[in-house]
Amino acid sequence: MNYHWNWRIFWELSPDATGTYLDLLLSGLAWTLATSACAWIIALLLGAIVGVLRTLPSRALARASGAYVEVFRNVPLLVQLFLWFFVLPELVPPRMGLWLKQLPDAPFYTAVVGLGLFMSARVAEQVRAGVTALPRGQRMAATALGLTTTQAYRHVLLPMAFRIILPPLTSEFLNTIKNSSVALTIGLMELTAQARSMQEFSFQVFEAFTAATLLYLAVNILVVLAGRLLERAVAVPGYVGGR
Amino acid sequence: MFSRLSASRSGCLLLALGLLFAAALQRPATAEELTGTLKKVKETGTLAIGYRESSVPFSYLDDRQQPIGYAMDICARVADAVKRELKLDKMEVKLVAVTSATRIPLIANGTVDLECGSTTNNAEREKQVAFTNSHFLTASRFVSKKSNHLHKIADLAGKTVVSTSGTTNIKQLTEANAERKLGINIVPAKDHAEAFLMVETDRAVAFAMDDILLAGLIASSRDPNAYEISPDAFSLPEPYGIMLRKDDPAFKKLVDATTAALYKSAEGPKLYDKWFNSPIPPKNLDLKVPMSPQLKKAFATPSDSPDPASY
Repeated sequence: MNYHWNWRIFWELSPDATGTYLDLLLSGLAWTLATSACAWIIALLLGAIVGVLRTLPSRALARASGAYVEVFRNVPLLVQLFLWFFVLPELVPPRMGLWLKQLPDAPFYTAVVGLGLFMSARVAEQVRAGVTALPRGQRMAATALGLTTTQAYRHVLLPMAFRIILPPLTSEFLNTIKNSSVALTIGLMELTAQARSMQEFSFQVFEAFTAATLLYLAVNILVVLAGRLLERAVAVPGYVGGR
Repeated sequence: MFSRLSASRSGCLLLALGLLFAAALQRPATAEELTGTLKKVKETGTLAIGYRESSVPFSYLDDRQQPIGYAMDICARVADAVKRELKLDKMEVKLVAVTSATRIPLIANGTVDLECGSTTNNAEREKQVAFTNSHFLTASRFVSKKSNHLHKIADLAGKTVVSTSGTTNIKQLTEANAERKLGINIVPAKDHAEAFLMVETDRAVAFAMDDILLAGLIASSRDPNAYEISPDAFSLPEPYGIMLRKDDPAFKKLVDATTAALYKSAEGPKLYDKWFNSPIPPKNLDLKVPMSPQLKKAFATPSDSPDPASY
């Protein structure tokens, strides 16, 4: 292969006057982390609520929450981000649309909301699976004890359900981090976007993407390790994951 | 056991040596040894040309999904010259789609021999690849809606301006912003089409890009009369070149000679007019871009220099 390797490129100044190429990638990593962390908070909160709604006896609520899940998980993330970024501001009243368009860091907020909603549908399915995986007797026992539905979920069902779904939730968080790269299509300069611009500026494509790969890998391994620690810390002895 | 094995092994060695000798004897004695790309083309009978899917009018797909364009026409001449030089009866020209992200690896690993599009030739990139004689020169300007009345770079002060990430244009915009303390909010976009969409939907007031690409985007927009390109430029016109592998002097010499002969002949300006001053497929739009004085000079005295000041 006729390729001129230059691993020292990371210490060279990037032409956009913000520092070295390494700084460029690290600023991308910071946006990736901020976007995925914020999106994950939205995904967890909404996902937990919608997931619980899907397991309630009420038919109407189950149907509404089912529709929510199907809409958000069946439309590609890329399309969703485009809808939020380009179509939504045209649908709202013009003054509000203009405000939305001129919001500083609009790609970041759009990515957080878009990614958060997309992932919330997946979290909701995990929560539903966790709750339905519990023995029916638990719900019955809670009711027999005189607990209201809210109390039964708060004190009996959800604490166990969340413990069951911790491993898949870790995977969903990893997916959130990786999916944040889709936000480059709406102009968020996250890690993949910065690796791309680094290769356009310097033409050192392999170095740029090797660095991005290693950074993603490092972040995701840290998340996996943290997930394991959390699983161990909250394990109930004698039950799922406990010893 | 041991001796039998070693005997058969030395037999093998002898056989291999014999084959090597035979191969060396059978090799045709050419006047000059071919190297690099020319050698590869001679051996495989194939020249691989990389094209861009939407660099109007340099290299893009027409309504039948065939790559056409100004740079593609130039590369067709180069392909003819290669075929003639190597005295091949039949040479296949393989067309490979490339993007700004894939062009370097594909050139480096030999999938593509020539990249025919709108790649800016600059000193930084010449560390990685080589460019032949420049086929176009373009300055960085901005497009905006006529209704906004923006003409000078200073008019952009305090406003939101978009440019495509990883381009020389966003770099120049950043520099101008810092130098003149304009307080422009610079937003990067993934590609040209998306950046133009940002102006169309008022997410940004202007889009800074090579003027020729802006002309193409305006011509194919929904309402071409709503937009204008600034008279003010961020830079001197920068050269576009056809990209080839670095350290391949024989191939570069042939490509340089072919393109230089084309530009200097009467056909050079004719080819220019075909793509820039007449209706082009697929929508039969006329870009109406007269030849710049810099390009006239670059056609009279072809040059592969990456330095804008030399044109």
